[in-house]
Amino acid sequence: MASHASWDEKHAAEIIGGFTSMAGATLPILHALQESFGFITERAIEMVADALNLSRAEVYGVVSFYHDFRREPPGKHVLKLCRAEACQSMGADALAARDKSDLGIDWHGTTADGRVTLEPVFCLGLCSCAPAAMIDGKLVGRLTETTLTSTLAKARA
Amino acid sequence: MSTRILIPLDSSAVALGADEVAAAIASEASKRKGDVSIVRTGSYGMHWLEPLIDVGGVGFGPVTVADVPSLFDSEFGNHRLNIGRIDDHPFMKAQTRLTFARCGRIDPLSLAEYQAGGGLNGIGAAIMLGPAQTIEFVVRSGLRGRGGAGFPTGIKWKTVADTKSDTKYVVCNADEGDSGTFSDRMIMEGDPLVLIEGMAIAAIATGATKGYIYIRSEYPIAIQVMNQALRAARAGGLLGKSVFGSPYVFDIEVRVGAGAYVCGEETSLLESLEGRRGQVRAKPPLPAIQGLFGKPTVVNNVISLASIPAILSGGADEYKSLGTGRSRGSIPIQLAGNVKYAGLFEAPFGMTLGDLVMKIGGGTRSGRPVRAVQVGGPLGAYFPTSLFDTPFDYEAFTAKGGLIGHAGIVVFDNTVDLARQARFAMEFCAIESCGKCTPCRIGSVRGVEVIDRILAGNSVDDHLKLLDDLCSTLRQGSLCALGGFVPYPVMSAVTHFPEDFRKKVA
Repeated sequence: MASHASWDEKHAAEIIGGFTSMAGATLPILHALQESFGFITERAIEMVADALNLSRAEVYGVVSFYHDFRREPPGKHVLKLCRAEACQSMGADALAARDKSDLGIDWHGTTADGRVTLEPVFCLGLCSCAPAAMIDGKLVGRLTETTLTSTLAKARA
Repeated sequence: MSTRILIPLDSSAVALGADEVAAAIASEASKRKGDVSIVRTGSYGMHWLEPLIDVGGVGFGPVTVADVPSLFDSEFGNHRLNIGRIDDHPFMKAQTRLTFARCGRIDPLSLAEYQAGGGLNGIGAAIMLGPAQTIEFVVRSGLRGRGGAGFPTGIKWKTVADTKSDTKYVVCNADEGDSGTFSDRMIMEGDPLVLIEGMAIAAIATGATKGYIYIRSEYPIAIQVMNQALRAARAGGLLGKSVFGSPYVFDIEVRVGAGAYVCGEETSLLESLEGRRGQVRAKPPLPAIQGLFGKPTVVNNVISLASIPAILSGGADEYKSLGTGRSRGSIPIQLAGNVKYAGLFEAPFGMTLGDLVMKIGGGTRSGRPVRAVQVGGPLGAYFPTSLFDTPFDYEAFTAKGGLIGHAGIVVFDNTVDLARQARFAMEFCAIESCGKCTPCRIGSVRGVEVIDRILAGNSVDDHLKLLDDLCSTLRQGSLCALGGFVPYPVMSAVTHFPEDFRKKVA
């Protein structure tokens, strides 16, 4: 289960401070902030911009460019389903459709109860054991409707 | 004597339960007071057998937690999961393993096991030869970039070496985003020291002092193992102020991507490393002249760099003697998707596509007939079985309107709809376009719309003509391979599977 600290400006400043001597530190800082807080807040963007002597627009541009960075808090569990060709060849599209209808959300959505966020991923490198998924950071290969349903049931319990 | 059990830590094995099996073996061993040492290794690449454990060279797989007690009962001998000696398995025997020689066999973090397996001979040779002769050696081997573009590695190194600068970099492109490919991931998880050795040789040859490995965030295990291996390499003197006892200085840092496919394009990757949006740069200037932070930079794929130590220790001419035409040496081919014997198969260039899919891969996993294969990732062409006589070779694939790319083969059975696949190619391009050039940013969106009209049976002939025209604009007008190559899957689907685009036509 993903557990994130609630926003704490002092803690954020400490995280950012750890990277100031690194060349090209924007991505490493954003990864570290998201790992701690679950998403990138408006205030975090300002703080990163100040620390790296960049404009807020530049940092916002980086946050919005990369699929990994979230601007909203995720659900308690994050399910990433692979949408790429190797997984398609083993029925990933049908799994995703079923999953979306079960959860009542589309890609990037979070269930109303806040339990599950569904994200697409384009390849986990598990193309030899497709279809593949990552559930709260744990890799799963040869996913079936049964395993997916039971995993989701556990996540929503 | 202690029984040494190798259990893969490779992502594919972990995704199929290897961690749980390792825990079960550890607890069963302690329950039975058995003297067992568990070593987490890379994968041999026979992924249909994962988790495949190795006890004294004999393989057992696929192992589940429930099998563990009976494996102990059999003393890891006569058991229904026993596949015999791993090296004698037909899938292994048919290979020529150079880059993947050690993967699966050794503790990926042990410098001693790496060296015992033939590692560190390459860097020793490079230090003895010196920069100019090392480059000459790599040029002579005929090695071409394994990331997809196939540019001669030695020529790239020579350009960096010849460019004067106070600072130079070696950047390893480990942003392996192509569906159907996992060889970079397997090397980083199973034999990371060979990549470090390859990068150190590149640094010696070109005069670089700092290296970066840009790994995609979708590879958490590779990131972790690579970081551990870097610490082991520093502790063992392979990196630092005196590389392997020489006067050369070199160190490496891992950087993690953030889910952008386009960052596998080298200039976009450099932008990302510098902390910006991963938008491609116009070339020239080449990264070899003005790359990371404006300095001369070698940007090589993981497999290109990991192939270097074997070339230097085994001989350039020996390496060149493998392969066919202008495609020299061995290539780790990845059999993926709907294929029975899925995994990694390293062989000299030149085997036919049909032999790879049918003889080595065993046809589909679903048991239905093969209808199409996509070679080279989401920007590679879809080939019908009538092209199965195509040899696995850069030029031969180009001649048939395809590309080998990073050597991933995704197999589809006869339930596939190639018009849907063509639509997906455009959709993927629209999602992943960096937005810098108009043909890719807007053309991909228009491409989805045009294919939707075709799928709806709306003026199909006119729209197919429009799609052809749009693809020609994308091919000629895009800055990088994302927009430039998306016509490959789209037009190959139209050319080889025209019936799929006419399902709604009366």
